[in-house]
Amino acid sequence: MSEVILEMRNITKTFPGVKALDNVSFSVERGEIHALVGENGAGKSTLMKVLSGVYPHGSYDGQIFFEGEECRFQDISQSEEVGLVIIHQELALIPYLSIAENLFLGNEREKFGIIDWNETVLRTKEFLNKVGLHESPDTLITDIGVGKQQLVEIAKALAKKVKLLILDEPTASLNENDSEKLLELLLQLKENGIASILISHKLSEVSKVADAITILRDGATIETLDCHKDTITEDRIIRGMVGRDLTHRFPPRESKIGEVVFEVKDWNVFHPQHEHRKVSNNVNIKVHRGEVVGISGLMGAGRTELAMSIFGRAYGTRISGKVFKNGKEIDVSTIDKAIANGIAYATEDRKSYGLVLIEEIKDNITLANLEGVADRGIIDEPKELTVTREYRDKLNIKCSSILQLAVNLSGGNQQKVVLSKWLFANPEILILDEPTRGIDVGAKYEIYTIINQLASEGKAIILISSELPEILGVCDRIYVMRDGKIVGEMPAKEASQEIVMKHIMFDQEVVAQ
Amino acid sequence: MKTLSTLFRNNIREYGMLIALIVIMIFFYFMTDGILLKPINITNLVLQNSYVIIMALGMLLIIVSGWIDLSVGSVAAFVGAIAGVMIVKWGWNWVLVIAICIGVGGLIGAWQGYWVAYLKIPSFIVTLAGMLIFRGLTLVMVRGESIGPFPEGFRNISGGFIPDFFNYEGFHLTTIIIGAVVSIFLIFADLRTRRNQTKYGFEVPPLSFFIAKQVLITFAVMGFCYLMASYKGIPNLLVIMFPLVAIYAFLTNQTVIGRRIYALGGNEKAARLSGVNTQRLLFFTFVNMGALAALAGMVVASRLNSSTPNAGEGFELDVIAACFIGGASASGGIGKVIGAVVGAFLVGVMNNGMSLLGVGIDWQQAIKGFVLLLAVFFDVYNKSKSA
Repeated sequence: MSEVILEMRNITKTFPGVKALDNVSFSVERGEIHALVGENGAGKSTLMKVLSGVYPHGSYDGQIFFEGEECRFQDISQSEEVGLVIIHQELALIPYLSIAENLFLGNEREKFGIIDWNETVLRTKEFLNKVGLHESPDTLITDIGVGKQQLVEIAKALAKKVKLLILDEPTASLNENDSEKLLELLLQLKENGIASILISHKLSEVSKVADAITILRDGATIETLDCHKDTITEDRIIRGMVGRDLTHRFPPRESKIGEVVFEVKDWNVFHPQHEHRKVSNNVNIKVHRGEVVGISGLMGAGRTELAMSIFGRAYGTRISGKVFKNGKEIDVSTIDKAIANGIAYATEDRKSYGLVLIEEIKDNITLANLEGVADRGIIDEPKELTVTREYRDKLNIKCSSILQLAVNLSGGNQQKVVLSKWLFANPEILILDEPTRGIDVGAKYEIYTIINQLASEGKAIILISSELPEILGVCDRIYVMRDGKIVGEMPAKEASQEIVMKHIMFDQEVVAQ
Repeated sequence: MKTLSTLFRNNIREYGMLIALIVIMIFFYFMTDGILLKPINITNLVLQNSYVIIMALGMLLIIVSGWIDLSVGSVAAFVGAIAGVMIVKWGWNWVLVIAICIGVGGLIGAWQGYWVAYLKIPSFIVTLAGMLIFRGLTLVMVRGESIGPFPEGFRNISGGFIPDFFNYEGFHLTTIIIGAVVSIFLIFADLRTRRNQTKYGFEVPPLSFFIAKQVLITFAVMGFCYLMASYKGIPNLLVIMFPLVAIYAFLTNQTVIGRRIYALGGNEKAARLSGVNTQRLLFFTFVNMGALAALAGMVVASRLNSSTPNAGEGFELDVIAACFIGGASASGGIGKVIGAVVGAFLVGVMNNGMSLLGVGIDWQQAIKGFVLLLAVFFDVYNKSKSA
């Protein structure tokens, strides 16, 4: 069992301003389950996109060998042709087509363009049996649960004669039972000689099924652990994931923390589509004047949903709970009321939710507070120019002119435009959702400096971040969220990456032991 | 010379359609042996296209918001029919009826806007339904026949001209004076913008270019007024239309509401998360469209001197074409009032020119279709090049 099926050599992939992968090497043996772990943003997904041809050959440096032959994939269809299939976290199934139709989508059983339905249904049953899914091939995808959909994805991969299956967070949205079944299936596929790459945050799963574990951190391979040689504990993996050198620096800060400014009590929010899913479950948080409070947790833990539901019910249904500012209950039932009450929310997804990309920097900065540059509904252009230039200089937005379109700015500068917009709205409470996602180290430092500055001006800041060092380096106090609940709270001084990570990963009781 | 060519390239998008309009006018001027620019024809051109321009003002806002309104022709016909019934059959005062009809237009807009903004039904479907509903209701109102004639006051909306205070023989001097005032106003407004731009450190076109531009504009305005003065002077309709265009240009460029409409169309989610009440804003864009369609409907009724069952058929296509030819983006967030007006004139000059040349309605349609396609292609191509 030592034949190498896949080898990736010295892969380097850069995006404008960011080195996402730095000389990564990675290899998988035939018929093994190889786990790929690392923090959010460590480069796992990028590596898999390079492998599957989403980023075509030529857009990265390095070589890929599959079954001994060098591969130069131009797109996904080419990687699937050699037997490399990736299943994304967001499933790629068409909801209103049947299981059978989905299974052979792009790979139809056909003659001269006419689909052979008998063959399609027959083969579908065969593949469904292999993955242990007992549903009629005619069932629509939308009528089966996420767990079963995941199995359909795997069956689809089998139909493409998969040799190496890549699963990106396959169990993230599954319950215990379904996760268990999926892992069983992976072991079974392994018996049949199909190798898998398993990307997962759930270390318990990883240590249960993996034959080898490769740890990525900051776009580089840290180490590969052989699970058969040594016993690998979860603590050992966590150490590998977080034990970084000080690649990020944080500006020094003296916090002057005042009285409680902002408080959220008994906050409950339900998912807008899945009516019974609680995305915020009895959340209680408070923030003091001049304090930076971090909310840590995995993607999907409900942090963004919490923030957006507080910000004028921009997310969720059946929202209940109370919000207080300076001890008085405030109305945050619409976004303009939330803004009027001094709350600002800078989104994690600046391109879709934060900026009007086809408009000028100037227009974006004043959008949330147009009244501030207008007189009786008419915009005072000179005033608007003065104001926006002030913010350009204050936040050091690098642009040719404030009339430049937002779409042409780098990620870091776009983020600064979003921040400028909210600063101009003059909030007392500022919720920053992943403010440094996808921006380079230098710009990150600038953003941290701005955060410090704002805190010293007496603003209350909530920082949502998936990067633990950032949470630890910038915040005064940390909340940890999991499954819509606050599962931990600690002063940053007493926290370490290991402690926070344990809160994120395990139940409270486990941590206590 | 180099600066001139970069200047040209930078402004090609803004002035591209204006240049196209001028080229087409010159083309038809020679093809029709000068008939195109005869005073009577110019006046006709304005009158014939007034309803397109009036509705294009509302349509532009809707397109900038990222939506579309297919019902405007039917709404115009329906309101025209109401006006006919009220004025001709019931003998109501026509001024009162105009007020009522604009209110009815607003209500129709509110009805459609409610479906689009609050019930989230795509505007294509809502207004396609509206197109059928209001065409049907028009037929119900007029019972398949024409209602007319209208009293003189109502007819004069589109048939009348402003009075001349000077009684200069064969020449409408008031028109020239108004033209001069408008020219001077435009020069001052532009001068003010330029001064502001310099003051805030923006690069401005060289002075020679600025002066040339002013001379051209003044020349165009005065030439236009001269031509109309040699006929009957400024039509009443222009007195309604010109301020409307100015108001909507101002609304889109200088006001909070205008800015929010562009933000809504540019990125609805970002606008909403910035505290813009996007639903209400979209709702009122449709209300506005309804009111303008009503106004256009009455202009058409006044011009035809009757309310007819098939009035306004196909107007929606001319209006939408005017907006897109004028540079509005089908995906929202981009488009200018002046562009839509230029687009409307471009379509109008082509209609008029081809009619003068005796080109049949069949070929006219086909050619207009090609022009629409080319204009939008030109726009998309320019955008992809600059990106």
